[in-house]
Amino acid sequence: MELNKLTIKEAAKLLKEKKITSLDLTKACFERINKLNKKLNAYISIFEKEGMGQARASDQRRVRGLSKSEIDGIPLAIKDNINIEGSLTTCGSSILSNYTSSFDATVIEKLKKTGAVFLGKTNMDEFAMGSSTETSYFGPTKNPWDISRVPGGSSGGSAAAVAADMCIGALGSDTGGSIRQPASLCGTVGLKPTYGMVSRYGLVAMASSLDQIGPITKTVEDAKILYKIIAGYDPMDSTSVKKAFSDQRLAVRNTKIGVPKEYFVKGMDKEVEKVIREAIKDFEKLGYKIVEVSLPYSRYALAVYYVIMPSEVSSNMARYDGIKYGMSEGQNLLDVYMKSRAEGLGDEVKRRIMLGTFALSSGYYDAYYLKAKKVQTKIKEDFDKAFEKADCLLTPTSPTVAFKINEKTSDPLTMYLSDIFTVPINIAGVPAISIPCGLANNMPVGLQIIGPQFGDQAILNIAQEYEQNTGQIGQRNWNI
Amino acid sequence: MPKLSKDEVEHIAKLSRLALTDKEKEKFREQISSILDYVKELDKVDTKNTEPIANITGLTDIVREDEIKPSMSREKLLKNAPAKENGYIKVKRVKE
Repeated sequence: MELNKLTIKEAAKLLKEKKITSLDLTKACFERINKLNKKLNAYISIFEKEGMGQARASDQRRVRGLSKSEIDGIPLAIKDNINIEGSLTTCGSSILSNYTSSFDATVIEKLKKTGAVFLGKTNMDEFAMGSSTETSYFGPTKNPWDISRVPGGSSGGSAAAVAADMCIGALGSDTGGSIRQPASLCGTVGLKPTYGMVSRYGLVAMASSLDQIGPITKTVEDAKILYKIIAGYDPMDSTSVKKAFSDQRLAVRNTKIGVPKEYFVKGMDKEVEKVIREAIKDFEKLGYKIVEVSLPYSRYALAVYYVIMPSEVSSNMARYDGIKYGMSEGQNLLDVYMKSRAEGLGDEVKRRIMLGTFALSSGYYDAYYLKAKKVQTKIKEDFDKAFEKADCLLTPTSPTVAFKINEKTSDPLTMYLSDIFTVPINIAGVPAISIPCGLANNMPVGLQIIGPQFGDQAILNIAQEYEQNTGQIGQRNWNI
Repeated sequence: MPKLSKDEVEHIAKLSRLALTDKEKEKFREQISSILDYVKELDKVDTKNTEPIANITGLTDIVREDEIKPSMSREKLLKNAPAKENGYIKVKRVKE
């Protein structure tokens, strides 16, 4: 048995029955990482010594009957913009290539309480700005399905690590699709929770009003396990919401699934569309009622995103000044700011800082930022209306399967369009999950299930229904 | 919208505290202009009677008790500073 191929659920069961140890499981993951990381570049940092130590400690707890949780001893991969005290958090950037975290993110503190093992930190687009993991200072991650293709991004390292069994499960972060799009392109499951359900404390900020941490896993069941651990109110995040879990399951026959007509028009690959249409039929066969809904303002979501996101980026990135931490160059104070940032930041980051600085600058604020925040209201109202007619919505996660490395790097706008179906979800603050639903040209296609605000459990349950009744999740036609 | 001028790009770069080469200025001028052109699409939306979003889940006025709690140690905080002296972060001379 190749232990690294197990799901969280399977590994937890075998650990509980004492059929395997966390040390065996963790070792199997490190063996896989050591074998594949040169090829895939999924990890930036690998914590072999620390991880083995955590696994041994977990095994000792289990022997004494002192296991901390169901997932005690399960090895996980963490995106490199989430702080783990005492280890590097580079955010895929040169400016932070020597930055050691001085505290744990809330999600890490929660995972430590469950006894999870940390395998390492995964590769990502620089400061999570990108849709392909190609903007990483540490080089691109490759898609395990076809190494000439991107894994998606920005959480491409986490998605590739899960897909290639270089971990049992992982965390990513999602501002405009950065969990769901790579999950889709790598054939894994990825959940972007409702804004405010998972604490952002200790997640290096990109666009604070849109960022959320979430799981990337091999199955929906696993996503549910990790989500339940990391979600919950945190006083350290002022946008954290006080909401209790409800694991309420709607009876299938009473659940209405909406298909937004605007998401099936231009730009979508025909093969991808075919697979998505089949998946919608599968839901119908399961007994769900399919209804057509309309989200007319979604066509403006990407434009709204490219005003709000860079505006927040320009403010959040001001902390990289070459003084408090990170790379430092230059002779006098102004020079230190200008040079450290010029040397330490990549093109995509610079582009977004300047775009945001412009949008917020005197004379332009009303025309760009305020306008975008108003259109955001229109987009949210669209979703509110759609959820009066349907309990959840189905769309493709990405208009195409994984594209070739360098295919979209020369023109920023072409790259931005990769997120056309995922961005509206962040703009509306609603939850969405991407699950594998078939192959187009031998590459995985992801189906996006969108819920109303705080409907996280509902979409997980619907996705799980699909998982249990179709063979789509976990299928693979390659061996690396 | 017309393309950004070179002066405008230089102004934004200075506000952004980014030193750019002439080649970069030209590249970003093109790219940022085309993105701004794209987002101008928002002008087509009538928002006369629409309020902007403040917090997407509707939270307002988040406050907490003003309690004294342990804070991070100075040593930990300064660990990543490129230059420090006597427990302080050291910056370059501001005035000559």
